[in-house]
Amino acid sequence: MEEVLYVSGKALPHINPHLEIWGGTIAIYLFIGGLAAGLLFFANFFYLKGKGNSMPMTIKVAPILTPIIIIIGLGLLVFDLHHKLYFWQLLLHIRMMSPMSWGAWTLTVIMIPAILWPITYLDDSIKYLQERNPKCKITGILIWANNLINKLPILPWIINIFNKNKKIAAYFTLFLSIVLGVYTGILLSAFNARPLWNSAILGPLFLTSGVSTAAALLMWLSNNPLERKLYSKIDLFLIAVELFFIIHLFMGMLSSGIAQVEAAQLFLGGPFTVYFWVLVVSMGLILPAILEIMELSGFHIPIAIPAFLVLLGGLLFRFIMVYCGQASGFNIL
Amino acid sequence: MRYAMAMDTKKCVGCGDCVVACQTENNVPLGYCRDWIVESVRGTYPETVQMHFKSERCMHCANTPCVRTCPTGASHVIEGGIVKVTHNECIGCGACIEACPYEARYVHPDGYIDKCTFCDHRLEQGMSTACVEVCPTSCLIFGDLDDPKSPISKALESKDWYVIAPEAGTKPQLYFLK
Repeated sequence: MEEVLYVSGKALPHINPHLEIWGGTIAIYLFIGGLAAGLLFFANFFYLKGKGNSMPMTIKVAPILTPIIIIIGLGLLVFDLHHKLYFWQLLLHIRMMSPMSWGAWTLTVIMIPAILWPITYLDDSIKYLQERNPKCKITGILIWANNLINKLPILPWIINIFNKNKKIAAYFTLFLSIVLGVYTGILLSAFNARPLWNSAILGPLFLTSGVSTAAALLMWLSNNPLERKLYSKIDLFLIAVELFFIIHLFMGMLSSGIAQVEAAQLFLGGPFTVYFWVLVVSMGLILPAILEIMELSGFHIPIAIPAFLVLLGGLLFRFIMVYCGQASGFNIL
Repeated sequence: MRYAMAMDTKKCVGCGDCVVACQTENNVPLGYCRDWIVESVRGTYPETVQMHFKSERCMHCANTPCVRTCPTGASHVIEGGIVKVTHNECIGCGACIEACPYEARYVHPDGYIDKCTFCDHRLEQGMSTACVEVCPTSCLIFGDLDDPKSPISKALESKDWYVIAPEAGTKPQLYFLK
């Protein structure tokens, strides 16, 4: 038997606090980014398919959430910086090799359609919400916002231009939403030093997961049975794709170098095994998939249960990936 | 010009002078360090027990993942291959810390990311780095790899050496003499 003892002022897990530089705020930010990308994706996708009147929640009402949650996400991102007052330096540089740089730019650019899109439907959204629940307080805020926008000097003119070129804008936003969804994964996968993250499948996996959480949210918010059924089917398909990607992630890591194999072991017997397979895979993917299959085959299941499980699973997936990735590394001792 | 450092693991006694010299020279805040000592004991007592000391710092890699992932360009490479951080461009996002396989960077209490600079302010004045000058056993060798007559080129030519985690592909420039 060989005993190895290491003493160091640095590079020992849980002694040096900076080994885990990213924490929960980054995980929530990645979740929010994926959710916003998914909401914009569905709104623009179904708009381009000409479903404007049959899917009011997806195209008109839910996009109101996107600028709000993107601003929350950006707020979390700035809050997580250590040199906060210098955050504007992000917008003075374009660095193509740094995913964080083009991610920051994508978020900045996507804010424009994310704000303008729901404004063009504000009248319809107010009408929809009033019909659904006359006492809803959000409607009052929207009416106030609508009046404010109409009084502003330039905004109605910009909205007019946006409305005239809506189809081009929709294609553009659709593309940007996919970039945003992929970015949440690429942000992690760009780090060679963290073998768990360093996998090309992470981009598609985070995109699928983000779109899946958005489908779950829309399924929950919608009151149209046809719309709900459609999202049930879409979500089921996305869960299947996600499971396929997760299997691929492990296949890739287990057939790679020793650092990757050791990283995979964190999920296969290591300290993150239970969290990942029970909370993410079983409760966040397989259980809601079973509930959705039962729902589609005629059983009555409250839609909130699978929707909540998918959303919670998506959030926990990002938490576990962020923390577990930082526990993986090369043998440097 | 390609600055690099070699450290003789057989000569190092792990006194920690290099750590203190660096903290003093570069005003490193209390509780932080730009270089550090690793002490490893291998084997089972009483048979073959081996003890090694290593003085480590930023490897000033030839292939720099920290510079690549920096979103603002605050992390950059200057002449001689030295990796530096411009403090007022750094946003403290931590991307370079995630990107570094050697944990060579830390968050300065003022918010920016800080690391070893190979004492470039001393090099400009024709001096060597603080850690090299203070080492009591002369186990640290600093110099220009492009100059075949420099002590480091000769040391790497005449002795066996290794680098830490070469599989990370960063081409580290801190060599350990066996």
